[in-house]
Order: sequence, then structure tokens, then C-alpha cells
Amino acid sequence: MNNTPSLSYKAAFLLIIKRDLTIAFRHRDDILNPLLFFVIVVTLFPLGIGPESTTLSRIAPGIIWVAALLSTLLSLDRLFKSDHNDGSLEQMLLSPHPVFILVLGKIIAHWLLTGLPLILVAPLLAVLLHLNENSYGALMLTLLLGTPVLSLLGAIGVALTVGIKKGGVLLSLLVLPLYIPVLIFATSAIDTAAMNLPYSGQLAIIAALLFGSLTLAPFAVSAALKVSTN
Amino acid sequence: MLFEHLSLNIFPGDIVQIEGANGSGKTSLLRILAGLSQPYEGQVYFKDQLISQDQELFYQNLLFLGHLPGVKDEMSAQENLEFNLALHGLDKKAAEATLNSVNLLGFEDTLASQLSAGQHRRIALAKLWQSQAPIWILDEPFTAIDKLGVTKLEQLFLQHANKGGCVILTTHQDLSFDDDRIKKITLAYQFY
Amino acid sequence: MWKWLHPYANPEVSFHFTGKLMPWFSVLAAIFLSVGLVWALVFAPADYQQGESFRIFYIHVPAAMFSMSIYFAMAIAAFCSLVWQLKLSDAAASAMAPVGATFTAIALITGAAWGKPMWGTWWIWDARLTSELILLFLYLGVMALHNAFEDKNVAGKAAGILTLVGSINLPIIKYSVEWWNTLHQGATVSKLGKPSMTAEMFWPFLICFLGFAFLISTIICIRFRTELLSRNSMRPWVKKLLLSPEKLVPSSLSGDK
Repeated sequence: MNNTPSLSYKAAFLLIIKRDLTIAFRHRDDILNPLLFFVIVVTLFPLGIGPESTTLSRIAPGIIWVAALLSTLLSLDRLFKSDHNDGSLEQMLLSPHPVFILVLGKIIAHWLLTGLPLILVAPLLAVLLHLNENSYGALMLTLLLGTPVLSLLGAIGVALTVGIKKGGVLLSLLVLPLYIPVLIFATSAIDTAAMNLPYSGQLAIIAALLFGSLTLAPFAVSAALKVSTN
Repeated sequence: MLFEHLSLNIFPGDIVQIEGANGSGKTSLLRILAGLSQPYEGQVYFKDQLISQDQELFYQNLLFLGHLPGVKDEMSAQENLEFNLALHGLDKKAAEATLNSVNLLGFEDTLASQLSAGQHRRIALAKLWQSQAPIWILDEPFTAIDKLGVTKLEQLFLQHANKGGCVILTTHQDLSFDDDRIKKITLAYQFY
Repeated sequence: MWKWLHPYANPEVSFHFTGKLMPWFSVLAAIFLSVGLVWALVFAPADYQQGESFRIFYIHVPAAMFSMSIYFAMAIAAFCSLVWQLKLSDAAASAMAPVGATFTAIALITGAAWGKPMWGTWWIWDARLTSELILLFLYLGVMALHNAFEDKNVAGKAAGILTLVGSINLPIIKYSVEWWNTLHQGATVSKLGKPSMTAEMFWPFLICFLGFAFLISTIICIRFRTELLSRNSMRPWVKKLLLSPEKLVPSSLSGDK
């Protein structure tokens, strides 16, 4: 049987994305639960703070972004846990394809299943929180640029804790401090937009964080996975 | 500490069986050879080069099967095998034919969640029939496999070794090869 | 150029080397701290605007500076451990972590104590204190991750990766927190900044700073040597040490077989 190995980066990348998406769609709870969490957390705030429209619209950017952080955190567990438990992760680490590519593929698949739904639901929640009309564009752009950063940085945390029992609790401690810059610049951009001022500076910084983590995070994740499967 | 002062050379055509009681470190040794675990001290070389120096080259030449089969419940037998083959750079199209070699004909589209542990293991083993890698490191490959399957696997290992590959395995069963065909390494407890 | 460092990669050599340094560090720490603290807390002039409570500056600022530098030292140790597989670096990093965390906590508590007379509240979200708080979380994260693994080698590598990731993020976090602070600046400028230092303040500050430096070095040496002993407990040189009664050995290690 002539079966010579072929090693195209693009093929490996698409292979892993397709596989993760297939698995997720057969397990739809994994996609819906974090999304529901996002919605419910946001609705808790008016109940806790009071429905006064000026207060809500003042804190809306912060609420939406913090809720996005928390629901991303909730969904991260899925990234490597199941593969670690059934031995697929091991096989990926032993593949002739560079681990960097496989890891990047998994993270992007994760973002497609977690970040993208968040972005689509966010405008609805913004309406519930009386977000200033001028801020909608900034909200969408910050989420678009920022949620991949959340997936990338979060992947580092999950990769470090995947071998630990009850690693989920530790994960928040590890990952949330890393999320703080994105939170600060995203909410600032949305606030600035509300005052009808240009917010491209903040967006540029988030974009820089995105490109930085896009290039560096997969290396950290690969190293962490090798340590975790030791 | 599991073992120390261990040094071995493995050549093309070797079939190496690592023996030892439960817990003596057989799995750890295999994982170290495959580069999955780091030893406290010591190095593993492939073709006179540290495996860490050119990992991609080493993994192009290695096929490893551990305790866990690496089969996703949410995918069918064929989908699992196709992914496994593609992951190792092999042609996906051979998946269907290969499932036949492991007696899974008729189960191609069954979700792995509905298959038995033995069938999971057979999906994992299927890639042995397609593999081009010369080095096979197998941890308890005969688990949950029936007598006929064991014979088939043994024949495959012999074929592989005769073609110049090598097989390093652990197993509780007696292999039916001639004694001079296998090299045995026994890991034993030493009581201080 | 770095060849002279090579022998120190051997745990036994480093153990004895730090053993020689330790008495010096501890004596210097005792001298500098006793002189410095008395000078700072009793004799140095009170601040024109802030009064006596200003004196906590002499503890708060060195603590904050060390909390950062220890983190970066840990990051360098982590880098050495990951790139050159030096197990010694793992031991060093895990020796430094709790010390750094403690000084971060000291910085936070003294910062709060400084703030109460100034602003009337125990906590204020100024850039420095907020960054210190996040730094504390980073330290606690590294320590918690290290504790979660049984195998200390794996633990060291995982904690090392986290430390490196944290050290790259730390400047970004600091910058973003400072920026955030300027956005939400109230009418009162609330900065725990260093006021322009007069000569009368400089000397006690320097002596306190050096005193803390020696104290930290002493503590890290003690912890480092303990880590070395526990990680190398099966080596002959450790066994020899345990059997010779004149060496300084923690009692929990002796009589163990």
C-alpha cells in the first residue's frame, strides 16, 4: 500500500477545525450553555442594581464585557479536556504536523463556537441595558477583536491545567488577570464612542493584543500541553 | 524512582518486549522513548540525534499507541479513522478498506459512543495497517482483542520488523514468536 | 563568556556557594534594617504635607519595587529552566515565589495604611495599588499551579510557563491600568507617587532599601537550599550531609528512611 505522508500546514489546520466543529455540533449543549450563561449574567445586573436607565447605560459596557469574559472562561474547559481524557491529545502531540498549527486550529474552532455567538447576541443584550446608541459599533468591533484574544490567552490557562483534577477553579485565577488589559481598552473604547469621540486608538491596541497573542500564544499552549501530558 | 542506569539500543528489524510487574514503569519507559514524558536524567536518540532536536522528523518516523485509544465518541468509526490517518499525514481514503482489516466492516458509520472498548481499540490499531513509520511503540496493544485478532497483529508485527521497521511493545500475554526473534527487557523492583 | 557560571548548575556546588553567602546576607540585613528602619521611622523629617504617616513610604516603596523585581527574577529563572533544562532554576523560582508574594502583600497593606490618613478610606483604586493587586493574583496563580502537580519537575515547568506568560503580560497590564486610572481620575489627584526626594529622605530610604534587599536574599537563600535538599534527597551528597551533624539541616529531613 503506497501511502506516503503528506504534510501541508493548511490541510492540517483545516482538518483540525473541521473535526472540532463536527464534534461540537454533535454536542450542542457545549455551545448553548456558555451563551445562556452570558445572557443570564447580564440580566442579573438590572435585578441587582435597579432598572434605572441612566445607571444601566453608564455601566453597560463593563457588564457586557465582564459577562463575556466569564462565559468564555466557562467554555474553555471543553478545549482540551475531552481530548486529554480519551488519548486524542497525545496523538496530536505525536503527529508529524507542527503542534503550533493544530493548537491554533483548535483555538480558532473554539472561538467560532464561543466568541462568534457572543458577538451575535451582544446587541440584544445592549438593548436590555440601554447602551448608548453611538456605542453599538464600538461594542461589536471590540468584541470582534477582543474575543479571539480571550480564546487565545484562555487556551494557555487550560493547557496548563488540563491534567489537574478540579483544574477549573484554578483556571479563573490564572486567566482572569491576563484578561484585564482587553477589558480596560474595550470598555474604554465603548465609553469613548458614547461621547461621539474617535476610539480608533483603543481598537488599535486591542488589535495589537490580538496579533501578539495570535503569534505567541500557540507556542505557550504547545509547551504547556507537553508539560501537562508528561 | 522507577528505574535507573537503563541504556538500550534498538535496531531495524528488532521486536522488543518490555516486561515487568504492574507498576514497574513499563508505560513510563515507552512514553519516554516516544518523547511524551521527560526522564529525570538521560536522553533518547533517533539516528544519532536527540529526538528533541528535530521533533517533526522523529514523529514522521514514529507511531505510538498508548493506553487510551484516542477515539472520539461523537464521531463514527470511519470518521475517527480518517482523522487519525490524516493526523499522521496518511491518505484518508484508505480508511474504509482499513476498517475491514480490523473486522469493523459494517460499523463504519456507527458512532463510537455505541461501540465497545474492544472496537475502540481496533479503530486505534487500524492505522498500523497504513502506517509508513518504521518505529512502532505500542503499550498493551492486545488489550480487549480476541485470539484471532492477536494472531493477525502478531503477523503484522513480524511483517513490519522483517521489512526493516521495529516494534517496541509491552504485553502481559506470551508472544508466539520464536524466542530468538524477540529481545526482552525486564524492569524489576529492587528492594533496598 | 558565561563559562564561569557553568559549575553553579550543579546543585551541590550551588548549595555550598549559597551556604557561604547566607551568613553575610543575614548579618548585613540585620545591620541595615535596624539602622534604616530606626532612622526612617523615628529620626527622618516628617513630610511637609502628609505628616508622620508619610514614614510608611520607606517600607511601602521598597516593598513594591521588590515585588516587581522578584517576579522578573522568577521569569528569568523560568526561562533558564525551560530553555536549558536547568532543574536548579526550578528550585530557585519556587524559592522566590512566596517571598515575592509576601512583599506584594506588604506593599498592598502599607499602601492601604498610607492611604487611610490621606484619603480617609482603606483602599483606593490608584494605578500603583491596582497593579500590585493584580501582581498578587499573578503570584498566587503561579504558586497554586505549582502546588497542583505532584511531580515537582512537571510542576516547575508548568509554573515556569505561567511565570513567563505573566511577565510578558505584566508591562501590558501595568500600562493599561495606568491608562485606565487617568481616564477615571477624580477631582483629587490620588497618587502614591514618590515625592521629590531630598537628601534627608534619600539616605534612610537607601539604607532601608538595601536592608530589605539583604533580607530577601537571606530568605531566598534559605528557601533555595531547602528546595535543593528536598529535590535531590536521593543523591549521595545529600545523604552525606544528613549524616554529618554539624551541617545545618531542617529536622524534618533527618532520620528519614
